[in-house]
Amino acid sequence: MATITDAVESKPKRQVIERAVVRFCGDSGDGMQISGSQFTNTVALYGNDLATFPDFPAEIRAPAGTLPGVSGFQVQFSSSDVYTPGDAVDVLVAMNPAALKMNIKDLKKNGILIVNSDSFGENDLRKAHQATNPLEDHSLDAYRVFPVQLERLTQTALEELGLDAKSMNRCKNFFALGMCYWLYNRSMDHTYRWLDDKFKNKPLLAEANKRAMKAGYSYCEATEAFQVSYEIPPAKLAPGVYRNLSGNQALAMGFVVAAQKAGLQLFLGSYPITPASDILHELSGYKNFGVLTFQAEDEIAAITSAIGAAYSGALAMTTTSGPGMALKTEAMGLAVAVELPIVVCDIQRGGPSTGLPTKTEQADLLQAMFGRNSEAPIPILAPSTPGDCFWIALEASRIALKYMVPVIVLSDGYLANGAEPWRIPNLAEIPQIPVHFVTDPQGFLPYKRDPQTLARPWAIPGTPGLEHRIGGLEKQDVTGNVNYEPLNHEKMVRLRAAKVEAIGQDVPDVVPAGDPDGDLLIIGWGSTYGSITAALKAQRAAGHRIGHVHLRYLNPLPRNLGQVMERYSKVLVPEMNMGQLSMILRAKYLVDAEGYNKIQGQPFKQAELEAKIEEVLNYGAVGAGRNGR
Amino acid sequence: MSATVPVLTKKDFQTDQEVRWCPGCGDYAILSAVQSVFPELGIPREKFVVVSGIGCSSRFPYYMNTFGFHTIHGRAPAVATGIKVAHPELEVWVATGDGDSLSIGGNHTIHMLRRNVGIKVLMFNNRIYGLTKGQYSPTSEFGKKTKSTPFGSGARPFNPLALAIGAETTFVARSVDVMQQHLKETLKKAAAHKGAAYIEILQNCNIFNDGAWQYLTEKDARSEHIVQLEHGKPLIFGKNRDKGIRMNGLDLEVVQLGSGVSEHDLLIHDEQYRNPAYAFLLAKMEEMPGFPTPIGVLRSWNDVPRFEDIMANQVKDVVAKRGAGDIDKLLRSGDTWEVR
Repeated sequence: MATITDAVESKPKRQVIERAVVRFCGDSGDGMQISGSQFTNTVALYGNDLATFPDFPAEIRAPAGTLPGVSGFQVQFSSSDVYTPGDAVDVLVAMNPAALKMNIKDLKKNGILIVNSDSFGENDLRKAHQATNPLEDHSLDAYRVFPVQLERLTQTALEELGLDAKSMNRCKNFFALGMCYWLYNRSMDHTYRWLDDKFKNKPLLAEANKRAMKAGYSYCEATEAFQVSYEIPPAKLAPGVYRNLSGNQALAMGFVVAAQKAGLQLFLGSYPITPASDILHELSGYKNFGVLTFQAEDEIAAITSAIGAAYSGALAMTTTSGPGMALKTEAMGLAVAVELPIVVCDIQRGGPSTGLPTKTEQADLLQAMFGRNSEAPIPILAPSTPGDCFWIALEASRIALKYMVPVIVLSDGYLANGAEPWRIPNLAEIPQIPVHFVTDPQGFLPYKRDPQTLARPWAIPGTPGLEHRIGGLEKQDVTGNVNYEPLNHEKMVRLRAAKVEAIGQDVPDVVPAGDPDGDLLIIGWGSTYGSITAALKAQRAAGHRIGHVHLRYLNPLPRNLGQVMERYSKVLVPEMNMGQLSMILRAKYLVDAEGYNKIQGQPFKQAELEAKIEEVLNYGAVGAGRNGR
Repeated sequence: MSATVPVLTKKDFQTDQEVRWCPGCGDYAILSAVQSVFPELGIPREKFVVVSGIGCSSRFPYYMNTFGFHTIHGRAPAVATGIKVAHPELEVWVATGDGDSLSIGGNHTIHMLRRNVGIKVLMFNNRIYGLTKGQYSPTSEFGKKTKSTPFGSGARPFNPLALAIGAETTFVARSVDVMQQHLKETLKKAAAHKGAAYIEILQNCNIFNDGAWQYLTEKDARSEHIVQLEHGKPLIFGKNRDKGIRMNGLDLEVVQLGSGVSEHDLLIHDEQYRNPAYAFLLAKMEEMPGFPTPIGVLRSWNDVPRFEDIMANQVKDVVAKRGAGDIDKLLRSGDTWEVR
């Protein structure tokens, strides 16, 4: 086991490498999310490509030092493309035995482990259900271990400031962050600025955290603990101005832009729920854009208030996660029946019921497709990266307004909280979203449809001469009057379905990534984009002929999808559920799509996907492809 | 009132749809009263939106020639809130019933009321589920025998007015389907109120709960069993207007006028009284033996800001403070870097 005393008496070498994965883990009160996001922003500003994975418990503060209280933040950054936060970790910072126990399995052999040795007392070990001290029992011999007295060293660095012990102890995450900055040769300037801003009114705390961070940096320099420090040059990203963006931030901004491009007021009806609440928080801060945010009394009021706002002419939306989605079910049916444009964002999490509030899953697809009484089709879109959430918000709004339909956006916890560098678009390049309110009473009928889109007219209250009634009872075609006639009902059911199908005319044909035909087509949707892309790249480099289609439109599906599938011998559908998209594909195309399903609240690892791809490809030369071909 | 508002009549508010309530239903009288009052308000017809949930009462919008939205069970207050917040200039009325408003929609009702959204709620209380053919409702009396409670209901009923008062409603009133004049006056007062208004309308379901209010609506019984609340006037009732209500400690008591008790001793109704205990006393008096049922305006607080105005002003204030939002700036907020 390496310790600081083993450090060589020479200036550490600086080694240029391509990529690194760093994970901070500790108690949920240890500030791991802050250390992680600070580190992320610093490497982003330097110009690395990156992907992050914050992973935290549902409990706000589980008892300190226990296994359920462990919170982690992982980032992969590189001088070339990054698609995932990384399967395995190069540098693991563990603040206590519980964090170490929960995370050590992901550290690469010979990886760097920085542990807070001040928290390995008998009591700490007991809370982590650790019979022996891993710092002494040789269980960590496969790693380069750096036990650092984070608490004591932080206290020493801060002793002149006159802070109480508790406040000093809270700065230890910045000591660890300082060490990581040294390790990857990063400037602390960005974090200095952030601390000044964050503690504007508490300059003493800003100073304390700065000193702790500086002490961590200097500690590495002075003790020469690490024999090597690393340099990861900037990535060659497409030219442009970039920022870091999480999926929830991207959705919020996307809707603000959509409202502006449509010339409408944005209305959000929402009820707090993890992991969707951040969208409510973000949009509530955008009052100067005229955004109306309504924190409703429950999930049902959240969507029904949005329906009311849409009825009176706003771009209306609601945000939720699985359990809330279930509560909104009846109201979504109403939106289908009255044909009003709303966007429902479901930031999926593990279920059923309350499930895993802070963990990711993709298991609401069938709920989105079919989770309403009777025939109530709703278009569904799914962003594939955090940055794509911005574009999906725009597209969902456009479709809702053009076709006068509710639209569901299926994001998930991984996209919501994960961040990546995002190229800021030129606003002028984003097309306007045309909206038409009818004003002419001449020939106005509430359900007289546009022949191309099948959309009914949007006639908002306050328009003279357009007084009319709508509701959830079945309507007569064209007039919209209440009507119970058998043939009219069938006609209306078919019209509502045809309207959703008509959206297919706007859905771009899919063009597979990788090989345009071959042995295997991987079809994914949502947040699995990064893992599949990374696995595809590696497996094609290994000589396999594989294509990848990542569906952003799940209902209706792209019109050429069936033909594209025919070009490959096999179809593999990796999903973080029990096989929901694969069920739809099998039903719709009679294709022998094979599911690869992970339901652990965790995203796919690249290695897992690669192993599955190899397994599928090696399972006999003759594929069980389309129609058993 | 704007000079450009055309003169409207009751007929302007009638639709071509065949009214499909049972013959003899109290809803007809309420519809007629609303259709009579709306043209008198000086508001252009297109500004009216009538929103409803589910139930017999909720068919109301189909018969009103205004903008109308027949939504889903219990959710009318929430849909109406969305409409009103997005467009505060609209005149939004909700038609609902005891089941729709107090059972499935109870949560939306109390929250819309406590927010003081400028919505007028007409709650048709017939103490029964009519559209589903006769189950007990949240206002059915304890022990009520219905299809779903053949041995009597075991649930104590809501007092709708006490509930509205508890939810800090700024306008709380009660009227009766068969008392057209009183109903129209009450509707006008509600229309004049800026904030949220909750009006309980005692309504007879002649099919499933006929005569539920008969003890107080029968011509002979009315004056004995009803006390009409009038702002600034003493609480007097009785065929000969010889009974009054006065305070006795923290309670109300019914007294006989004359023999040493005069009108000056009686409670003078003050609909703006701030202590909530006062409106509660009024709402609850009918539950005590010997007391009449109060109708009219129990409470009218006109100085509480409306939710939709607060929302709109917040937007205005932030725009004034920070300037109108610049989206390009928003996208470029936080730390950015350029790749060349």
